[in-house]
Amino acid sequence: MIRLIDVCKCFDRKEALRHINLTIKDGETLAIIGGSGSGKSTLLRLLVGLIRPTSGEIWIGDTEISRLSEKELDQVRLHMGMVFQYSALFDSMTVGDNVAFGLREHTSLDEADIRQIVEDKLRLVGLEKVTDRMPNELSGGMKKRVSLARAIAFEPEIIFYDEPSSGLDPIMTEKIDELIIQMQETLKVTSVVVTHDMASACRIADRIAMIYDGELIAVDTAEHFRESKDARIQAFFHTLRTVKGEEPA
Amino acid sequence: MLIRALEKIGAFVLRRFEEFGTIVLLYRETMRELGHKPRVHHILTQMSHLGVDSLLIVSLTLLFTGVVFTLQTADILIRFGAQGTIGGIISVAIGRELGPVLVAVVCAGRVGSAITAEISTMKVTEQIDALRVMAVNPVNYLIVPRMLACMIVVPILTVFGDVIGVLGGWVVAVYYSGISSYLYMNSIHTFVDVFDLTGGVIKAVFFGNVIAVLGCYYGLHSPDGAEGVGKATTRTVVSSIIVIFILNAVLTFILY
Repeated sequence: MIRLIDVCKCFDRKEALRHINLTIKDGETLAIIGGSGSGKSTLLRLLVGLIRPTSGEIWIGDTEISRLSEKELDQVRLHMGMVFQYSALFDSMTVGDNVAFGLREHTSLDEADIRQIVEDKLRLVGLEKVTDRMPNELSGGMKKRVSLARAIAFEPEIIFYDEPSSGLDPIMTEKIDELIIQMQETLKVTSVVVTHDMASACRIADRIAMIYDGELIAVDTAEHFRESKDARIQAFFHTLRTVKGEEPA
Repeated sequence: MLIRALEKIGAFVLRRFEEFGTIVLLYRETMRELGHKPRVHHILTQMSHLGVDSLLIVSLTLLFTGVVFTLQTADILIRFGAQGTIGGIISVAIGRELGPVLVAVVCAGRVGSAITAEISTMKVTEQIDALRVMAVNPVNYLIVPRMLACMIVVPILTVFGDVIGVLGGWVVAVYYSGISSYLYMNSIHTFVDVFDLTGGVIKAVFFGNVIAVLGCYYGLHSPDGAEGVGKATTRTVVSSIIVIFILNAVLTFILY
């Protein structure tokens, strides 16, 4: 379980996040949506410990991570995987080496076993025969899938996705969404997906959390979000209906 | 007007102190990470990438330094009947000062900028964040191998440059100024002490250290975007050269 208790984050004098209280259950897929600059990526970076909160507590399981040293935090991170917005593949390594990176760093598995795991994970995300290719030879969608394969290589309990559909065409976006659902079903992981794409959030998430101007304004299922009278939430659904060609409410 | 000027000066000084403090902290963390098992493969890769690729530019720099140094001094020394000292003078000058300093300046431009460009690009494309999320310490993974590689490669390049520089001097002394090869070599034997070479090598170890740490620091703290990468690279070269000159003065005072 992930819990955020009264978390605030300030950059210089600007409040990026204000009094965030949120609980994410084990095995759940939670989508965090919000407009550009609303603070959703900041929230994700807080959850993986890339930045520290100005105040409040962040619990991952039984560990409060906001005051841990980097070394202690690394022990918690071994149970996490993250898919970055622009994939963040190591461009000096092949696809295979990227996926194998965590295994080589943190396990004493022999090369044959590592190669087998790499092939399994790449197959799981629908990529085969790309092991020896360099990241710059891949399309955006393939990079995202390699990034996902790298994130699941270590069999994490939690996977964080930062804008998984960003920069992808609608067909590839749907494929990535299907992969996120597939990961949740096969690996039983907890997934936290930061996105600005309401259609994607509705497809993949058990619950949706909406951040508006640094504040968490609602956490609920897609159905309840749809019925919400809050203008800020409806503005997001309006874009979704427009995309689908439905009449706005 | 005056208050605003003072504010600007104060802000500038504060920024420099902050920068210096951050570099010291990074240096301390790098030293702490040195205690862990070395990534030999990474060190060798960096040595090849940063060192071997610099051989040509180092050779050219020191070759022409030796040539020009001899051209400038040979005539005067011959006029005073001191042609028997040319080899020694050139060797001491190159071994103690010109070799380590020029190699370090060349490496600051060639190696330091390459380190900054690579690390700042990694930062911009979130690869450094990816390392941290995968529980890999970026200092251990990126900085330590580069620092060790530079501390090994810059002294090797310095020795190589010293030899090339003295050779350049020999070519001019023998084929242009008409000094016999025996006289040139004999003066090296007579005037040059082993410490003239080792002192320069010791300096080169420190210079290599400075180039790597500053290169990594500016890479890790580069402003976002392509422009940020360019700015960080320039800062690395300028700062490294300034620190190398200051450090050279301090080390010369201590060593000789």
